[in-house]
This record gives sequence, structure tokens and C-alpha cells, in this order.
Amino acid sequence: MTALLEVEDLRIAYGKIEAVKGISFKVEAGEVVTLIGTNGAGKTTTLRTISGLLKPVGGQIKFNGRSLRKVPAHQIVSLGLAHSPEGRHIFPRMTIEDNLLLGAFLRNDREGIAKDVQRAYDLFPILGERRRQAAGTLSGGEQQMLAMGRALMSQPKLLMLDEPSMGLSPIMMQKIMATIAELKAQGTTILLVEQNAQAALSLADHGHVMEIGKVVLSGSGQDLLHDESVRKAYLGED
Amino acid sequence: MNELPQQLVNGLLLGSMYGLVAIGYTMVYGIVQLINFAHGEIFMTGGFGALSVWLILPGGTTMWVALPLMIIGAVLVATTVAIGAERFAYRPLRGGPRLAPLITAIGLSLALQQAVWAWYPEAKSARTFPQLSGGPFHIGNVTIQTGDVFLLIAAPVCMAVLAYFVNRTRTGRGMQATAQDPDTAKLMGVNTDRIIVIAFALGAVFAAVGAVAYGLKYGIVDYKMGFLLGLKAFTAAVLGGIGNIYGAMIGGLVLGTAETMATAYINHIPGMQQLGGQSWADVWAFVLLILVLLFRPQGLLGERVADRA
Ligand SMILES: Nc1ncnc2c1ncn2[C@@H]1O[C@H](COP(=O)(O)OP(=O)(O)OP(=O)(O)O)[C@@H](O)[C@H]1O
Ligand SMILES: [Mg+2]
Repeated sequence: MTALLEVEDLRIAYGKIEAVKGISFKVEAGEVVTLIGTNGAGKTTTLRTISGLLKPVGGQIKFNGRSLRKVPAHQIVSLGLAHSPEGRHIFPRMTIEDNLLLGAFLRNDREGIAKDVQRAYDLFPILGERRRQAAGTLSGGEQQMLAMGRALMSQPKLLMLDEPSMGLSPIMMQKIMATIAELKAQGTTILLVEQNAQAALSLADHGHVMEIGKVVLSGSGQDLLHDESVRKAYLGED
Repeated sequence: MNELPQQLVNGLLLGSMYGLVAIGYTMVYGIVQLINFAHGEIFMTGGFGALSVWLILPGGTTMWVALPLMIIGAVLVATTVAIGAERFAYRPLRGGPRLAPLITAIGLSLALQQAVWAWYPEAKSARTFPQLSGGPFHIGNVTIQTGDVFLLIAAPVCMAVLAYFVNRTRTGRGMQATAQDPDTAKLMGVNTDRIIVIAFALGAVFAAVGAVAYGLKYGIVDYKMGFLLGLKAFTAAVLGGIGNIYGAMIGGLVLGTAETMATAYINHIPGMQQLGGQSWADVWAFVLLILVLLFRPQGLLGERVADRA
């Protein structure tokens, strides 16, 4: 059986500078896979390339057995791949509800969309309370909820989350991580990029550690969590 | 001073024409941060599109039959020119230095003017535009010229259609998303290249309606007519807050009113007797632009630049 997402020897450059230097990993359906690593390791670059916003210089990305090489960015989501970008990138001058509806931009099933909007409000009640408010007025943590809710609105086969806990208070971070655990329990397949290695590895079935454009270590979430070099470099132990 | 209501109405009518053209500047800027300085010439080609339909129609056709067809002709010509400009002049430069599309726009403006001048029959000087019959209409002390009746109806209808499109349709929402964050809009499935084409086309539609209004108001179309009107409409867009579609219409109304009032009344101020009359109208319009740029550069309805993500 082929994996849902297969990344093979992927290389990505900004001009002449190679930011991702041949990485490979897989995400199986139903799994949570995490990419962790230092600042500038190339995690965001990798996700943006999977979503078609950047074009790779080499390697393969296959989703559901199909190469994404020739698929333009705006068609990726219709294949079942949703991306909640680093820095949240909600649409600040649109209402919370319109942000969610944009997540369902290509769907035509009105009733299903309404149901999923309600589901997002159940998952994050604060969004429902403020549905008519401009999204730019939300706090950082609430914007993160909106970004995740919006990504779920496309009913993705794979949800990519880029640093959902970035810049959040410890309480808000816990809340977001609990939500990811809940999504995992519901069977959502997730590719999670995180600085918070402890939280990410605890959740993940598999993890990959990236350093300056390469995957330097891979293993199960638990193995990496207990790996000595990982503990030193990412979990603040010495 | 009892002519004040009349001047006010004149100003608002003139301003609604500016507003119709201003929408094109503001929409394109809102989506691609490009000032399409050829938009005035797109407006002008719309005027000639309408005139062409009139010339093709059999003599003696009444305006009530001709006008809808002329609007369609204006829209077809203007949108074709606008889509062509986007595809062949602007798109290849996207992502390049910001000066490049600006220079292209100036070149395109001159090329469009010269093309009409050289190739359109008898267009070396202004050509007369057919007029509506009946009127003028009197409401109290205020007179509405026959030619302006079209504006009175078309401007609000256009704004209502635009507001519906932007807020209530899927493409409209995709357009808002593209204006606010193009990469994230793509992640949602919005074909942003298509949205850009739609913004150019839609701007051209409103400019074409504005051009028909111009022809009916002034009784002529002219290969140069897009230059000054384009600049005024651009002023209106900046005045209202560039990127904001309601701002474009409001900026137009404010500009038209201010220009009309200044023209009518400034020479009543002691010491400013020489500054009255129509020949100063354009000066007041651009004085207003300079004042706005100095004191409220984000425009009346614009967000501060820092609010843009
Ligand atoms: N638009 C860009 N132009 C040029 N270089 C870039 C650009 N974006 C990122 N880079 C470079 O590519 C490398 C990888 O960046 P990337 O943002 O993918 O890292 P990251 O792993 O997501 O880091 P972080 O944890 O800080 O988010 C870095 O060296 C970065 O400076
Ligand atoms: Mg990153």
C-alpha cells in the first residue's frame, strides 16, 4: 500500500541558495507525523512546496499516489490537502464566518458546509460567539483556532499545520495541542511542524528532525522523545 | 446663494461619473498593488465602442433602443482592451521591479490614444455622441439635464451590483481573499490569476458605463478624453482610500462636489476674484489630491498601511 503523502529526495531553492537539500518522508493515512528542527531548517519551505506555493528544483511529491509536480497551488486543496500556514494568515478584514467559508471555497454542498461551520464552532466555541466580527480583531490564539478551523473546512485527507503553537501563551498552547490530539483521535491525518518538540513528539506516530535543509534523524514519536541528542538539542536538557 | 442645491446636484452627478471610473483603479490596485494608468484610455475606448454601435445601427433608431446596445458595445470594447492589457502588458512583468508596469502603463496609454486617433474614422478631433431626447427635468429649483439622467440611474445600479458581487458571490469572496492575502487565497483554492483578470474586466465594465455617461453628458467622445478624466478618477480613488471600492465612489462624489463648489463660489471670496470659473476646475481637483496626500494619505475610507497584512 502506498502512503497518503510521499516526499522523495525533495530539493528546494530560493534563487541560488538551496534551503531544502534532498529530504524524504512519508505520511500514512490516519497518522500524525511531525517535522521538528531549528529555525531556518526548511520546515515551512517544505510545507509551502507541498502546497504548490513554491516549485521544487528536484525530487518528487506524491499525494494519494499522484505526482503534484504539475498541479497549480489553487488546485491542491481540491485533492484533499489543507494547509494552515505559519503565522496563521487569516483574512483580517473578513468576518470569522467568511474566513471559515473560504476554507470551503471549492465545495458545493451547502448543507455539508453549514454542518462543518457548526463543527468548527463546536470545536472552538469562541469562534461561534464572534462569528460576525472581523477576524483581525481576534487574539493570536483565537486566530490560530480560526486558521485550523478554516483548514478543516475543506474536509481534507491530510491536514498540514505549520507551528500552530507559535507565539501563544502556555494555556493557549495546551488548548491547541489538545485540539490536535482530538483531531487525531477522530482519525484526521496530520503533518505537524512544531518548535514545541515535546508536545509534538508526544502526539506523533512518527517524527523527523530537520537541520539546515536535511532530515538528520527519524523515528517514532516516542523513540525521538527519548533520544539523547533530541533531548539535548530540542528539549532543553543537558 | 439659492443656486446651492443646483451646484450640489451638479457636483454629485459629475462625481458619480468619476466614481464609476475610479472603481477600476481601486480594484486593480487592491488585488495586485498596481496603478493601471492606462485605465483612463480603457474608459476612452469604451466611449468609442458605444459610438461605433450607434454608427452601425440604422439611421433613425431611437435612443431607447440604441442605448442598451451602445452600453453593451462600450463594455465589450473596454473589457477586451483591459483583458488584453492585463494578459500581454502587465502579466509578463508581474514580480518584476515596480517601475516596470508603470512605464508600460504610460506607453499603453499613448498607444491606445494614438491608435484611436490614427485609425478611428474622423477621430482626429472630437466626434459628436448621440443624445437622449426629452427633458431637462425639474425637481423643485433643481434642474437635471437630460444627459445626466443616465448617470442618476446607472451609478447607483452599478454600485449595488458591485456590492452584491463582492460580498455575496463566491468569486467576490475569492476576490476579497486575494486582495488581503494572495498566497493564502491560493491555499483555499482561489485561482488568483483568474481573479486578477476579473478585476481588470470589472473595472473596465464600470469605466465603459462611465464613458457612455460622459458621451451623454458632454455630447462628444474624443481620443484624449481619458487623460484628464482618468487623472480625476485616480484622484477620487486615492481620496476614498485606494483599494476600497466604496471609497472609490465616495471619493468621486466628494471630488465632484468640491470641484463644482470651488468653481462656483471661490471667486466670491474677497481677493480671489480671479480664481473663479470653469478654467480653474481642474486645479481645484488636484489641489484636493495634494491636500489628501499631505494630511490623510490613506484616504477617507482607507486603512492605515500598517493594517495591511
Ligand atoms: N522568501 C525567502 N527568500 C529567501 N530565503 C528564504 C525565504 N524564506 C525562507 N528562506 C530561507 O530558507 C531557509 C529555510 O527557511 P524556513 O522558513 O523553511 O525554515 P523553518 O524550518 O520553517 O524555520 P522556523 O522554525 O524559523 O519557522 C532559511 O535559511 C531561510 O532564511
Ligand atoms: Mg517555519
